Amino acid sequence: MANQNQPLIFEQSKAGRTACSLPELDVPEKPLDELIDGDYIRTEVPRFPEVSELELVRHYMALSRRNFGVDNGFYPLGSCTMKYNPKVNERAARLDGLTNIHPYQDEETVQGALELLYRLQKNLEEITGMDAMTLQPAAGAHGEWTGLMIIRAYHEANHDAKRTKVIIPDTAHGTNPASATVAGFEAVTVKSDENGLVDLDDLKRVADERTAALMLTNPNTLGLFETHIQDIAEIVHTAGGKVYYDGANMNAIMGVTRPGDMGYDVVHLNLHKTFTGPHGGGGPGSGPVGVKKELAPFLPKPLIVQKEDGRYGFDNDRPLSIGRVKAFYGNFGINVRAYAYIRTMGAEGLNRVSKDAVLNANYLLKRLSETFDVPFKQFCKHEFVLSGSRQKKLGVRTLDMAKRLLDFGYYPPTIYFPLIVDEAMMIEPTETESKETLDAFADHLIQISREAEDHPEIVQEAPHATIMRRLDETRAARHPILRYRPAQRTE
Amino acid sequence: MAGFRYLPVTEDDRQAMLRTIGVDSEEALFSDVPEKIRFKGDLKVERALAEPELLRFLSGLAKKNVTTTAAASFLGAGVYDHYIPSVVDSVISRGEFYTAYTPYQAEVSQGELQAIFEFQTLICELTGMDVANSSMYDGSTALAEAATLSSGAVRKKKIVVSETVHPEYRQVLNTYAHGQHLEVVTVPAKGGTTDLESLRQTVDEQTACVIVQYPNFFGRIEPLKAIESITHAIKKTHFVVSSNPLALGLLTPPGAFHADIVVGDCQPLGIPQSFGGPHCGYFAVTKKLVRKVPGRLVGETVDEEGRRGYVLTLQAREQHIRRDKATSNICSNQALNALASAVAMNAFGKKGIREIAALNLQKAHYAADLMKKQGIAVDEAGSFFNEFMIDCGRPVRDVNRALLKKGFIGGYDLGRDSEDLKNKMLIAVTEMRTKSEIDRFAEVLGGIIHG
Repeated sequence: MANQNQPLIFEQSKAGRTACSLPELDVPEKPLDELIDGDYIRTEVPRFPEVSELELVRHYMALSRRNFGVDNGFYPLGSCTMKYNPKVNERAARLDGLTNIHPYQDEETVQGALELLYRLQKNLEEITGMDAMTLQPAAGAHGEWTGLMIIRAYHEANHDAKRTKVIIPDTAHGTNPASATVAGFEAVTVKSDENGLVDLDDLKRVADERTAALMLTNPNTLGLFETHIQDIAEIVHTAGGKVYYDGANMNAIMGVTRPGDMGYDVVHLNLHKTFTGPHGGGGPGSGPVGVKKELAPFLPKPLIVQKEDGRYGFDNDRPLSIGRVKAFYGNFGINVRAYAYIRTMGAEGLNRVSKDAVLNANYLLKRLSETFDVPFKQFCKHEFVLSGSRQKKLGVRTLDMAKRLLDFGYYPPTIYFPLIVDEAMMIEPTETESKETLDAFADHLIQISREAEDHPEIVQEAPHATIMRRLDETRAARHPILRYRPAQRTE
Repeated sequence: MAGFRYLPVTEDDRQAMLRTIGVDSEEALFSDVPEKIRFKGDLKVERALAEPELLRFLSGLAKKNVTTTAAASFLGAGVYDHYIPSVVDSVISRGEFYTAYTPYQAEVSQGELQAIFEFQTLICELTGMDVANSSMYDGSTALAEAATLSSGAVRKKKIVVSETVHPEYRQVLNTYAHGQHLEVVTVPAKGGTTDLESLRQTVDEQTACVIVQYPNFFGRIEPLKAIESITHAIKKTHFVVSSNPLALGLLTPPGAFHADIVVGDCQPLGIPQSFGGPHCGYFAVTKKLVRKVPGRLVGETVDEEGRRGYVLTLQAREQHIRRDKATSNICSNQALNALASAVAMNAFGKKGIREIAALNLQKAHYAADLMKKQGIAVDEAGSFFNEFMIDCGRPVRDVNRALLKKGFIGGYDLGRDSEDLKNKMLIAVTEMRTKSEIDRFAEVLGGIIHG
């Protein structure tokens, strides 16, 4: 049944059905054209479907069966931290008192919400070693841009207008250079050395009086710890720049080390990664930004503060602030989930999370290291990168192996990223997976490699067991069909 | 505490795994973290709570808030108390949807991809545009990205925005503009809508786009026809409309007025107020601009066996391919909330979407008429949708505190944004407000204002 095409909801429409129950108009009705100028009354109705509630439910049940989440199975998508999303978080975020509140209510009527946000800020400051925090950014990339705008405002306040460059490692996620551009900077690349770490000589070469900042995650995008982080920070600081921590990989280091202690000036976190906000099929996320004292005046406004009388409120009186980065105060619902998670784990639990995440990654790396090329030899942190170059020689590409994993009920790792590793496969198991799951996954991946030797076509033609075979992406891009149009289908 | 319920690795597992790795202790795995930067001791975060304790604690915080379920709310200004069909939460609570990520592997993500494809279609239908993306963070960032798109597409740096656009949206626009070296010029309001004469004088050859809101921040229907002709009198200049999608169930869509970009927030359609987020921005454009759209797009295609399916498409625009040359830095979107909105729109259907908009319109006008009868100064110039302005003649904050004592959440204090609007309140009336609530509210409000 799941193999059958699920018709679009529009194709299931039948005039006269409905799935909503609106209250009757209980006030005297006036003719529309008495209320609105006729030019602004819609003549053509939007072609929304007409379905009953059960049909609607069955439609989305069918779609859900055609989708794969962490609740379905192992999802080792590198750099995305696809850990378990606790059910209690969902319950918490749906509490009436946290859901049905309006952002413009009087402060006195939302003290509970403000207290929760304030407590979350304090916890995140402690975890990152930062002095102040904003919860306003909606996602990681939004946080990156916010952090860079803060650094920009700082340099501007110092009348240091020539700082137009942001240094970014060649391993970095694509959002780093894109965020730098959106913040009005020029992205400059620093190379990685043979150990997959920032090449200090190259950094010295590119860091100069035009450097506004370095963006660097640690562990870096290869899952390796930048051992020389203090030297790196010093090189950038000596050049007059700021050091920016991309918190995508925070899951490896909680309670082990803190960006603030490594020499970072600005941090963004992905609450939807480390702190269990569900990924939601692509969002919503939440990307708080923390800064050292010196940069605190530039944080977006308003900030959530505790007043002298112990009550909570907004601080809008921030003349040096970069301004607003989003309407209202950030993705509150995601922040509630992150707070619930921190309060579930506590200090010991968060530290255990990072230790188990690193243990799981190293264990899986070890199990796979005979079968696949391992470009970097040191211990990894919470994730690692393999190369499919050995299998490529057999005519089987990393993409093929990824598709074959689908047949065994796994979501594949991130592939072809980072860009500096040939046929890259980036694996992040997370701490919420058991040894049994890791063993089974390793066995299957080793089996796939064996198939690549013995029956390459099985892998090349994968997936076989999914509801769809490989989809034609070229066709989709060449002749874009981005919406349903009834005229297209007159059958 | 008995153990951590999200962590399955046992002490036996740990020892076995360390043996396989070939180290004595887990400490060895962190040998690359220099001693000097090691964190010593325990993080000073709040203590861990067992599940029942956690729920009790969070419920305690929640109870400190006055909710729009407990007090009838007349507060809007960009976020509204609307009916959300129960089916919405049921769908988005499916683990297959909410625990998945961006559908990179199309073969096992057809559900999400198809749901987004349907969302894109619904937004196109509502706005009258050719193409809509898979969603943006919210309405304010969608608006700022529209300005960025226009500036890049027409290679001009001047952004003209009406003062009647949501003040926080304009603040976000200013922050983005500063990064992009764009000049933002604000056209003043006159009688509650954009001052057309001033607009005519401001729009020139350097103008990348003109941005207005429809209905505008004060609830008014902007004269899109006239604004469009002023905008498009300059060759290439984009006409950008930020629009409440629920209102478009009844109002002529911006696409019919030749808008180039239509943005807004889907919160009114299936998404709770949630103290301002997460909501869900939408972004729709004409066919001509499809390759400049920020964020994810889902397109239809076929698989190897010719079956219809869906994939992420036109990715050459995006940051993971183009890096510093991308059309935007956006990576994630608000997929789960886009799903919620799509479920709500489908539940409303062709008739319901118009009906819910009509309920808002009728009830808001009934409320305004009633307040006039109470002797309250209701601003009457021009037509409005579900919001209108009154003059309280005294600080709105005080009025709202008095209203709260009577069980009402009052309107938005317009004096927050402008000294000129001191004592003015913006009142929203949605389909959720019953006649008896409106009657009582008008009476109480009249009493407070005249008292």
